[in-house]
Amino acid sequence: MGTGESGVDCNETIERLYHYLDGELTDERRSEIKHHLDECPPCLDAFDFESELRQVIADRCRDRVPDSLRERIRQALIEAEREGHPAGS
Amino acid sequence: MTMVQAMADQAHFADLAMEHMPSLYSAALRMTRNPADAEDLVQETFLKAYRAFGRFEEGTNLKAWLYKILTNTFINSYRSAKRRPEKADVEDVEDLYLYHRLGDLQATGTGRSAEDEVFDHFTDDEVKQALESLPESFRIAVLLADVEGFSYREIADITEVPIGTVMSRIHRGRKALQKALLDYAVARGLVGSADAGH
Repeated sequence: MGTGESGVDCNETIERLYHYLDGELTDERRSEIKHHLDECPPCLDAFDFESELRQVIADRCRDRVPDSLRERIRQALIEAEREGHPAGS
Repeated sequence: MTMVQAMADQAHFADLAMEHMPSLYSAALRMTRNPADAEDLVQETFLKAYRAFGRFEEGTNLKAWLYKILTNTFINSYRSAKRRPEKADVEDVEDLYLYHRLGDLQATGTGRSAEDEVFDHFTDDEVKQALESLPESFRIAVLLADVEGFSYREIADITEVPIGTVMSRIHRGRKALQKALLDYAVARGLVGSADAGH
């Protein structure tokens, strides 16, 4: 716990954890947080948890496109192309 | 425009856009929570995108452009008619909500790694339903950030709200999602007694 040498404490690290995960920090901030995580196992544990949760959410929210929808869209685009650009125009 | 040019445009659009269909379809399902509406929404998105393709600047982010059309179409055409009433806000819970609650529930000693083992037991449907349980603006923000990996700036552009609002919706939406996941975990007995859940 505490600030260590990086100048960022646990509270600040947790507060910025998602900005860190989201890649939305400046390089300087990013390296401060990374440094804190490297030396603070409790914060690193929380970071690992959030990071894995985010991955699980991304992985589990995938759905297979029905073949019928692919075909419907393919046909709709052909149709739109005919309507939008009639021959000879 | 000649017929040949039109066909070339159409083929070019299809080449570029089709690869995004799976993620657009998944997003449409989370937005509409209904496969028939999701299919219509994706089809409408592709048609609008095709018609507007001449205004798309190549080299810019096609996926973000398609998502903007998808999100606008959803908001304008699909959300008012047949929706169940829903609350517009989420309960505010602490940061690291799920991590702390799982830690409390498992404090009796299965070891530190046990907290994330619970992820393995969630079904795909449970994770989808947890996300779909969020009020719309929070659901869309979390979907775009966590499932699709858009930046805050891109999400602000897609949803046409200020970046500060985007950050707040993502932050609070994630916590609400964690709460919904914990409720599933407790209901299914994946974690111990619900006594510690507050």
